Amino acid sequence: MNTGDAKKPKLGVQAATKIYHTASGDLLALDRCSLDVSANEIVSIVGPSGCGKTTLLWSMSGLHSLTSGEIRLDGKAITGPHPDIGIVFQEANLLPWRNLDANIRFPFEIKGEKPDRAWIAHLLNRVGLDGFGGKFPRELSGGMQQRAAIVRALALKPSVLLMDEPFGALDSFTREEMNRLVEEIWLDTKTTIVFITHSIEEAIFLSDRVVVLSARPGRVAKEYRVPFARPRSLEIMATKEVFDLTNRIKMDIVGERTRPKAAERPSAEIVRIRP
Amino acid sequence: MSGGDAIPEFSKSKSGAKSGDGHEVSLTNLSAFASGPGIKSGKEVAAILAVAVIIIGGIELALRLFHVPLYIMPPPSSIAYALFDEFPLIAPHLGYTLVELVSGFTIGAIIGLVLAAVITQFPFAEKIVAPYILLLVTTPMLALVPLLILRFGFGYTPRIIAVALAAGPMVMINAATGFRRVDSAKIALARSYGASTLQIFWKIRAPMALPMILVGLMIGAIFGLLTAVGAEMVGGGFGLGNRLTTYSSMIQMPQFFAVVLILSTLGILIYVLFFLIGKKWASWEA
Repeated sequence: MNTGDAKKPKLGVQAATKIYHTASGDLLALDRCSLDVSANEIVSIVGPSGCGKTTLLWSMSGLHSLTSGEIRLDGKAITGPHPDIGIVFQEANLLPWRNLDANIRFPFEIKGEKPDRAWIAHLLNRVGLDGFGGKFPRELSGGMQQRAAIVRALALKPSVLLMDEPFGALDSFTREEMNRLVEEIWLDTKTTIVFITHSIEEAIFLSDRVVVLSARPGRVAKEYRVPFARPRSLEIMATKEVFDLTNRIKMDIVGERTRPKAAERPSAEIVRIRP
Repeated sequence: MSGGDAIPEFSKSKSGAKSGDGHEVSLTNLSAFASGPGIKSGKEVAAILAVAVIIIGGIELALRLFHVPLYIMPPPSSIAYALFDEFPLIAPHLGYTLVELVSGFTIGAIIGLVLAAVITQFPFAEKIVAPYILLLVTTPMLALVPLLILRFGFGYTPRIIAVALAAGPMVMINAATGFRRVDSAKIALARSYGASTLQIFWKIRAPMALPMILVGLMIGAIFGLLTAVGAEMVGGGFGLGNRLTTYSSMIQMPQFFAVVLILSTLGILIYVLFFLIGKKWASWEA
């Protein structure tokens, strides 16, 4: 899974700029945002709401194209959805008319491939969804739905997993459980993960690196390394290091939110700022 | 392409699939019965039958007690007898009506579905076409039957055209509502696996629209039945509608009501058919 060359980033974002053309004018969402993600790394992206986190992730996935700049996977520019990149969406995003098995089969149907049954069974077992294959999404709890979505994303064995605020809608206990599950899966597969979240605690617990994006237009404002060894226990969350780090990141985000925007405005026009 | 992307937003109020387009509460919703009182035990069946016996028996008794003349309201027993006795004579007409209904409905439904699927892909074209569709939906197609008879004679043709004209727009307007329920996250999911436009249509848009399509088919079929019977009453010597005018002109009220009973049963069967299809294929939304 590792591309070998340790210096070459697995996923490289280079001066990514994204302008949305909306009915009420152009909107600069990302402004020359650059970020490298190494192979086998878990990177979390946090930032004030509306700062372009999701835009950045969707661009990484190839679902959105950039206005300028580039995103490279293993050194090759991404021009569209890439089979080596899996996505876990907000709110599970399962298809309600398909049962769990059929939902996990969905990517294979689109690609016209045969599902790797042994691997899927292993994943289902890993996330504790054995025997739920015949259930429909509405019969599963939010946490179970999101676990199924993770299995669906990993079923194609992507080398990069992009997670877009996957646990935002879950209660805090379920969220902690899911965080541990993500770490377990990472220990198992060493998949490179880019994780977007609103929760600084979640970001710290999961990541090797926490990236703070600036208020819109989004660019990397700060980066923090999280030095704890894996597997991490929830106890580390009670340590002073984590407490201090959490506060520093919090202050960064607050600072970004209140920073006078006009000073940083680039040449492109910002006509409208969404709440 | 970069300009065409929508800003990714997933606020809960926007996910149309979950929090309603208003049709959840409508009478035509397929889940109306599923969420209502389902029949669970033999005891309930017995109670329903007992109430039916009391009501029908009561009507019978009242009509006989007050000597209501047969031409005003025949008692249930004479309707039942007429249904049994005249059925061999009515049956061919039931057949004619079914031919008109099934062929007209099939033509109308196919055209309606295809138009709905195509038109919803082009929002601008949809805006232009919408008033005409509304006109087709709201105009009683029965009004056109005399004209159609003038042009096509007294055979099947004008009736089948009228049924298709009545059913098609109903199917189309409901199916279009279904196809318009775009969930950008689900389409993004399919696109992330490299799905083609056709795959997105068959694997995301169509299943998502299915509950509304079924509602449209059901309403279309019932409107088709109405129109078929109405067209038969206007002209031509065959069909259940023709039987209604014939029996009433001869003041054969038991036979008349026997035909009405057959028509109600037909309507109920249409409802039950689509309800069962919906339960099997679109229950995920109930």
